[in-house]
Amino acid sequence: MVDQVIFHFFAALAVISAVLVVTRRNVVQSAIFLITALLATAGIFLQLHAEFLFIVQVILYAGGIMVLFVFVIMLINLDVSLHQVQFNRQWWLGLLLALVVGAQLVLAIVIGESKVSFGAPAPPTALEPSTQLVGHVLFGEYMLPFEIASILLLVAMIGAVVMAKKKI
Amino acid sequence: MQGLLHFLLRFLVPLICAVIIVAVVPLVAGYIVLMERKVMADMQARLGPMRVGPHGLLQPIADAVKLLLKEDIIPEEADKLIFWIAPLISVTTAMLAMSALAIGPWFQIADLNVGLLFIVGIGALGIFGIVLGGWSSNSHYSLLGALRSAAQLVSYETAAGMAIVGGLLLAGTLSTREIIQAQNDYGVWFGFAAPVGFFVYLVASIAETNRAPFDLPEAESELVAGYMTEYSGFRWALYFLAEYTNMVVVASIATTLFLGGWLRPFAGTPAFNFLDYAPSVLMLAVGAYCFYRAPKQPVKVQQLFMMVVGLGLLLVAVVLALPLTSMVNNMVPGLKAGLHGAFWFLLKVGLYLYVFMWLRFTFPRYRFDQLMRLGWQFLIPLSIINVMGIGVALALHRHWGWSNWTAFPLTTVVTLLIAGWLGWAGEKKDKQHVFVGEI
Repeated sequence: MVDQVIFHFFAALAVISAVLVVTRRNVVQSAIFLITALLATAGIFLQLHAEFLFIVQVILYAGGIMVLFVFVIMLINLDVSLHQVQFNRQWWLGLLLALVVGAQLVLAIVIGESKVSFGAPAPPTALEPSTQLVGHVLFGEYMLPFEIASILLLVAMIGAVVMAKKKI
Repeated sequence: MQGLLHFLLRFLVPLICAVIIVAVVPLVAGYIVLMERKVMADMQARLGPMRVGPHGLLQPIADAVKLLLKEDIIPEEADKLIFWIAPLISVTTAMLAMSALAIGPWFQIADLNVGLLFIVGIGALGIFGIVLGGWSSNSHYSLLGALRSAAQLVSYETAAGMAIVGGLLLAGTLSTREIIQAQNDYGVWFGFAAPVGFFVYLVASIAETNRAPFDLPEAESELVAGYMTEYSGFRWALYFLAEYTNMVVVASIATTLFLGGWLRPFAGTPAFNFLDYAPSVLMLAVGAYCFYRAPKQPVKVQQLFMMVVGLGLLLVAVVLALPLTSMVNNMVPGLKAGLHGAFWFLLKVGLYLYVFMWLRFTFPRYRFDQLMRLGWQFLIPLSIINVMGIGVALALHRHWGWSNWTAFPLTTVVTLLIAGWLGWAGEKKDKQHVFVGEI
């Protein structure tokens, strides 16, 4: 019962703030609602006993990436964006597309629910500390993909620096 | 009955701990401010606050009342909602970060299995309070302070995180309780096993809490008061509370990870058991000094107040001495660990804060480009090398059977050599061209 209430609280918070991210005119307010949405998702992770995922979400997304976002937003002249028109003539096309994707998702869930059977949720006491498990899997089984992803990010970073700065 | 007891232990005790923290931390922050002013006065050969209470002991309370009664001004052009919320974000995150701290084996709200990461991560969210507060004030000084703060935090967070990783490699766990237990098992505080990591964390933690010599976000000679220029009264006090709470939090992280947490010095050596008397003796000495000073106070009330303070300290000394008698120890098992653990933890946090103040009053402020260069070109490479060094030392110990006493000093010396080279190379590069910061 309590679990249900907590879950619906976080889920509603995430959805409502996600909508507000898109509809707010003020970019800083959008950023704040994006932070709220990310934190609400982190809360759902915590409820699923994925503590490591929860804290990584908080540190990386809310703490790291969003700080950079806000940093960049503050350098922009907000007065211009406040008076810009948020929708162009193709808004109805976008709406249609969003509805189709939404319907697809609902359909997939409705059909999928009967096809796939989920196991009973594990009792909270039976779960091992997840940090160690994540580490073992990441640096054992998925070592190669993990390293390739790291190198990809490094390449992207160096590429951005080279493109932005003529003389290093 | 059993179920009720279980319920109480599970929910009531953490709740009481949480209420204690929320109630006591503002008071503690006020007294840290007093301590800072006194330390500053001492270093500048002055007396510091002396008027309110004997030796200014009631100054924090007077300051708090003054701040509460001040008018709350919100600038006309400010983004009102964000201006309202911003200080709250700072305070909430700072307080929340304290919930995973273990102040002695008895006093902890929640022993999370990602404890240390939780403290670091939630503490880092406090930056939004500063950034949003600076932006919403709609003032150039505030905005510049907020920008500097964000850039500084992002830079030094990396170094601090890598420094913590060094300690965590040794501990093999993220739970604050188990980290301290690991230091007990090793028989050495991780600050001695990984001195380079401890140094990097010390520097990075000063930068993260925006303290001098890294206090550029509120540099009063350039930016009036930085991000809190437009704040006044209680909201301003909230920012101050957040800053001092954050200081306590980073000091507690350093204490937990590098200084042995609640462990007594030489906890595993029976020859040093006489140190068990140190808490009582220390309190006794301070209490006696209070009595010695009491007749010299100018006003009768202040004399009485000094006596009361002395009596309180004597009482604390007695309470700390009680668990040493075998009778009380048998009656309440674990009392000694609980009380003395809290004493040692708080003493170490206090000493760490003293180092903060010491550095603040003896170093001039860095320039912004110097700050960035120190972070990116020295501390971050150094902390990464430190992590590798500790990894090599652990591998030498576990797989090749080296003794800890050769493996760790060896890698530390290698790390220090590389650090020296980094510093030397950086200095040489500086002479070639002068980099001018853009912010």
